[in-house]
Amino acid sequence: MSELTALSIAEIREGLRGREFSALELTNAYLKAIDAANAALNAYIVVTAEKALAMALASDVRLGRGEARALEGVPLGIKDLFCTRGVHTQAGSHILDGFKPTYESTVTQNLWDDGAVMLGKLNMDEFAMGSSNETSYYGPVVNPWRKRGGNADLVPGGSSGGSAAAVSAMLCAGATATDTGGSIRQPAAFTGTVGIKPTYGRCSRWGIVAFASSLDQAGPIARTVRDAAILLRSMASADPKDTTSADVPVPDYEASIRESVKGMKIGVPKEYRMDGMPAEIEAVWQKGIEWFRAAGAEIVDISLKHTKYALPAYYIVAPAEASSNLARYDGVRYGLRVEGDDITDMYEKTRAAGFGREVKRRVLIGTYVLSAGYYDAYYTRAQKVRTLIKRDFEEVFAAGVDAILAPATPTAAFGIASMSMASPVEMYLNDVFCVTANMAGLPGIAVPAGVDSSGLPLGLQLIGRPFDEATLFRAGQIIEDAAGRFTPQRWW
Amino acid sequence: MSVDRETVKRVAHLARIRVSEEEAEALRGELNAILGFVEQLNEVDVTGVEPMTSVLPMPMKKREDRVTEGGKADDIVANAPLTEDHYFLVPKVVE
Repeated sequence: MSELTALSIAEIREGLRGREFSALELTNAYLKAIDAANAALNAYIVVTAEKALAMALASDVRLGRGEARALEGVPLGIKDLFCTRGVHTQAGSHILDGFKPTYESTVTQNLWDDGAVMLGKLNMDEFAMGSSNETSYYGPVVNPWRKRGGNADLVPGGSSGGSAAAVSAMLCAGATATDTGGSIRQPAAFTGTVGIKPTYGRCSRWGIVAFASSLDQAGPIARTVRDAAILLRSMASADPKDTTSADVPVPDYEASIRESVKGMKIGVPKEYRMDGMPAEIEAVWQKGIEWFRAAGAEIVDISLKHTKYALPAYYIVAPAEASSNLARYDGVRYGLRVEGDDITDMYEKTRAAGFGREVKRRVLIGTYVLSAGYYDAYYTRAQKVRTLIKRDFEEVFAAGVDAILAPATPTAAFGIASMSMASPVEMYLNDVFCVTANMAGLPGIAVPAGVDSSGLPLGLQLIGRPFDEATLFRAGQIIEDAAGRFTPQRWW
Repeated sequence: MSVDRETVKRVAHLARIRVSEEEAEALRGELNAILGFVEQLNEVDVTGVEPMTSVLPMPMKKREDRVTEGGKADDIVANAPLTEDHYFLVPKVVE
């Protein structure tokens, strides 16, 4: 592995401007690394080598003229959920077979406008539905981390499994991802990387294949807190094309990172201490609390009393919204078409052939809870519980808490196919600490905090006030300073 | 609340997804597991609580009523399985 691929985005920025290496050399180093690793890890669905080299060349021209933009020459991987003009965009699904958008998502356009280079499209759970990257039409992604002394393939988490694995295995300097019920934070925790889901409305959803419109949010996965801050600044924008995007200016997130946390109030929610939680998760949480105390923050015990209802409410709201958003995949205007005797036959056969099992399950649950006679009992009730979940957070923030510290996941990464016989609900439990932030629209960051007894990474999560990502970066840096960097040992 | 096989088939038809008898049976079990899991929401007292209709309070953004784009029919049909003269072709819709 070339040393160029080991550089963080902040280091790349310095190195390129200091002309220590060229953008072309850097991109070539990454393309080589991907070539050597992708058969084993399956992180990339498509590698856009020619495009990447052309973009890198263009970056070198700008660098030569002293016109470097914020991410000039930085090679990134893009989750397959983002529409990239002329390039494979299928949300990890068979039903979007052959789809090449004629437009670019706002988030990725922001990145190209800042000079970043596209290495390719990253693997993901189909339509972002999953917590292990095992539901992709393109096969599972393998976590670059392995248990000490073991050689079993582990999951990288999901749905942004490709993004997390690629960043962790140094197959890109950073990646875009999305989080609807934990899909940035959980894979970041499973791979020892940093992932942030910003406040709902912080990043534009225009051009991102929709799963659940009131929950989806784009965000970066990177190797350090600083890198995540650099990426988010470029990704975020107010977008008139997305009516749910907020007209809030994007601050310089990097600037907050070295600010002191003395006097910051860190809330520790008692309801996140779940029955049967592994001792190692509790231990890393306690370590986090000690790190904040040592840095001068004040630890406050808090109660978020509707916490346990967030996951069941999520598994009504998200599938309901998905059933509506996925109705457009009908074989008419794009993607797979299976011929039928009449239009209904075509729809039914196309969708049966095109959607995977988990997607079908969620579309059916969603359709059921929205159907006549059940709408109030399920969907309306879940939306009321959602108001209560949000209110819990609002009360805590109003009482002066700046950020909430909690585990990111209930376990470390598990084996591929190890949950194949389990009930779908068991897989859903992986999201238990993450969905609350999506339900309340709040920003949440996962930062690696330690390893378990098998040597697998464990992450901690911080949840913040709306549009206060700056505090999350500031506080996240405290965890990173204490816990250090996490790099998997290369076995591929 | 639990679903029987007939309900699964009815819901599948609403969602326009063809399911075989075997699939319907497997889905019945899985859907019931999920419905069993969400049952606990009935424990919550939601009296007087409004359902969340907007994640972050914001007025609905409106745009000026002006034509700002168009004339790209080629782009619009570019990914379609079957088209003719910028129409999407589909099997018979009406008897």
